[in-house]
Amino acid sequence: MISALAIMALGAIILGAALGFASIKFKVYGNPLVEKIEGLLPQTQCGQCGYPGCHPYAEAIAKGEADINLCPPGGEEGVRKLADLLGREVKALNAEEKPKQVAIIDENTCIGCTLCIQACPVDAIVGAAKQMHTIIAKQCTGCELCLPPCPVECIAMVAIPETVDNWKWKYPVTEIRKAA
Amino acid sequence: MLQLFKFKGGVKPATNKVQSVTLPIAVAPLPTRLAVPLHQSIGGMPRPIVEVGDKVLKGQKIGEADGWISAAVHAPTSGTVIEIGLYPAAHPSGLTAATVVIEPDGQDRWIDRQPVDYATLEPEAVRELLREAGVVGLGGAVFPTHGKLTASKTVPMEEMVVNGAECEPYITCDDLLMRERAEEVVRGAGIFRDLLRPKKVLIGIEDNKPEAAAAMRAAITALGDAFREFEVVVVPTRYPAGGAKQLIRVLTGKEVPASKRSTDLGVQCFNVATAYTAWRAIAHGEPVISRLVTVTGNVDQPRNYEVLIGTPMDELLRLGQPKADTDGIIMGGPMMGFLVPDQAAPVVKATNCLIAHSPELFPPKPPEMPCIRCGECARACPHELQPFEMYWFSRAKNFGKTQEYAIFDCIECGCCSYVCPSRIPLVQYFRFAKSEIWTREREKEAAEGAKNRFEFKQLREEREKAEKAEKLAKAAAAQAAKKAAEALAAASAPAETAAPASALVAAPAPDATSTPDAVKKATIEAAMERARAQRAAVQPKNIDHLPPAVEKEIAEIDARHTQVFGTADTAPADGEKNN
Repeated sequence: MISALAIMALGAIILGAALGFASIKFKVYGNPLVEKIEGLLPQTQCGQCGYPGCHPYAEAIAKGEADINLCPPGGEEGVRKLADLLGREVKALNAEEKPKQVAIIDENTCIGCTLCIQACPVDAIVGAAKQMHTIIAKQCTGCELCLPPCPVECIAMVAIPETVDNWKWKYPVTEIRKAA
Repeated sequence: MLQLFKFKGGVKPATNKVQSVTLPIAVAPLPTRLAVPLHQSIGGMPRPIVEVGDKVLKGQKIGEADGWISAAVHAPTSGTVIEIGLYPAAHPSGLTAATVVIEPDGQDRWIDRQPVDYATLEPEAVRELLREAGVVGLGGAVFPTHGKLTASKTVPMEEMVVNGAECEPYITCDDLLMRERAEEVVRGAGIFRDLLRPKKVLIGIEDNKPEAAAAMRAAITALGDAFREFEVVVVPTRYPAGGAKQLIRVLTGKEVPASKRSTDLGVQCFNVATAYTAWRAIAHGEPVISRLVTVTGNVDQPRNYEVLIGTPMDELLRLGQPKADTDGIIMGGPMMGFLVPDQAAPVVKATNCLIAHSPELFPPKPPEMPCIRCGECARACPHELQPFEMYWFSRAKNFGKTQEYAIFDCIECGCCSYVCPSRIPLVQYFRFAKSEIWTREREKEAAEGAKNRFEFKQLREEREKAEKAEKLAKAAAAQAAKKAAEALAAASAPAETAAPASALVAAPAPDATSTPDAVKKATIEAAMERARAQRAAVQPKNIDHLPPAVEKEIAEIDARHTQVFGTADTAPADGEKNN
């Protein structure tokens, strides 16, 4: 009887120690779900979802405060991916889906006020006070945050044109012909 | 006799090669204009180094290679550059690409060609020469050849494979090249051999080209002892025996794994036409400005032509006299080629064949039927993939799964589509899946970069805020200390000497000769003096060792300044203000 108790107690101590050790050694910092959600977001940092950036939106989704269909740059596909990850229903996007765009500064009109540089969330605009600014097209996420601060309205959004390099093979479609 | 190996799968379509081998190679006449696309190889896009209106000579470089994996492009004939801009590309999309358009002057004047004896050069210099001459893989992949001419450091080179298999139906340009210019092909392969130093050089030729094999054998014998490790090996005709991995497998028995390059196994593979152009580039100083193109299909006179790069395809096809019902041009063979959307697109380095398309020759495919899971495609796949699995997942847009089934090992040879009893365009699905995956990969990378930059910006803004707050706190503390000191001084000073104006400043010592105002003035004077001395001491650093013309210009400007401002001294101050 006593030996049985002792064995059980010993087992409990060993297992408890192992669990305690594991909980310190393999501690998970941060919420892994937030990171997963953030990985699916397009990182435009545009704030169109109503949150100041992709990370806060991911946090809000993880907490269940925000819906999954608030990200226009992610598009319908982004909603689908989020729904897959979270096991929620797929919803229609609550905004219009736009083709991918990039901002262009009209260099003749730019007065060099640096306001757009401050607004750009991803440091994709270069320039200095009273010098012409320009946008690094490769790094522009098309978030449109630089449009409102510009006092002379010299920034325009342009859809990214299709070139031989970014052209995609189309999904094969079977032609439906009229039966004779 | 070398023991041959087999590759799995493959198909045997009708070769249709006899039509175009009856006539010898002809030189295509000079076209009305030549549109030379700048991006004709894998890797960096060459930068144009000519301008509209420039006169160019035949073989003059018009595009500078960008980066190591890139190859220069050259003017195919002498003439005038009339346009640099977007022009229809030889691409299945039908989109435009950056192109230099040259109007020939009809004189066909060469640049000063400089043949070199490559035996006297360092291997690095030979590779550089090939890059400058625009030598790329002419089998269709257009990978810059110099990038393949470095042997693996750890694995000794065993075999070098020269690919003369030309397995795709209709195409005969390599066949004719080997028949008529065998010696130069062998000499070109000799250059590659001397750079890679393999133990054996195996020239693989399919057994439906006995004349080519005989010509190559004769050339090797004629060239004598220096080429004794060369061997012509006739391989059985079976599509796609001309795929690099398949030919390596057949000739050496080595299977190149997906994650490795063939050099890791001590093998490297080159096309015969590449070897030929390498020889022309080194021994004759002629860059790649033309190539052999088979013109065949629905034409009255199928034949091989030596065509200048940039010749419009429709103009070239006219030489073969296309029949009345021709309704398109296929670039490449019927298995891997594509219908050219714009027939004005130019012949590029990758163009080995133009097939006139007609509904009779290539009847439209009957509609796609459901997959019956017969597994024929898996049996035909030369890469031992499972096309039916990849098809299901591509169709369902489940791209992660297609990658699990190694979709990127697919060489798009078309064997699976060829054998499919349900006539499913399998390769089209794979191409679709591949380009979707690439796009996603690019987007993911862009998102990652955007996230990093965003986080860095936030970090920077926070740091700046903290720094500013610290500065403000310091200034406030200093202000407070100063005020306290003043209060102390005011309290200790005799009340009767404090004039209203000097109540706030520290009271002077009773024995001081000057008033507080004078002290202030003196301080300002001293500061100005210091600034003047500093200005005089600082000399602009960018005006040493200037050419006389610039010095003269500076002198003129100084003179103008003196005239306008009275003294030359004001000029730098003015400059500072502008900065």
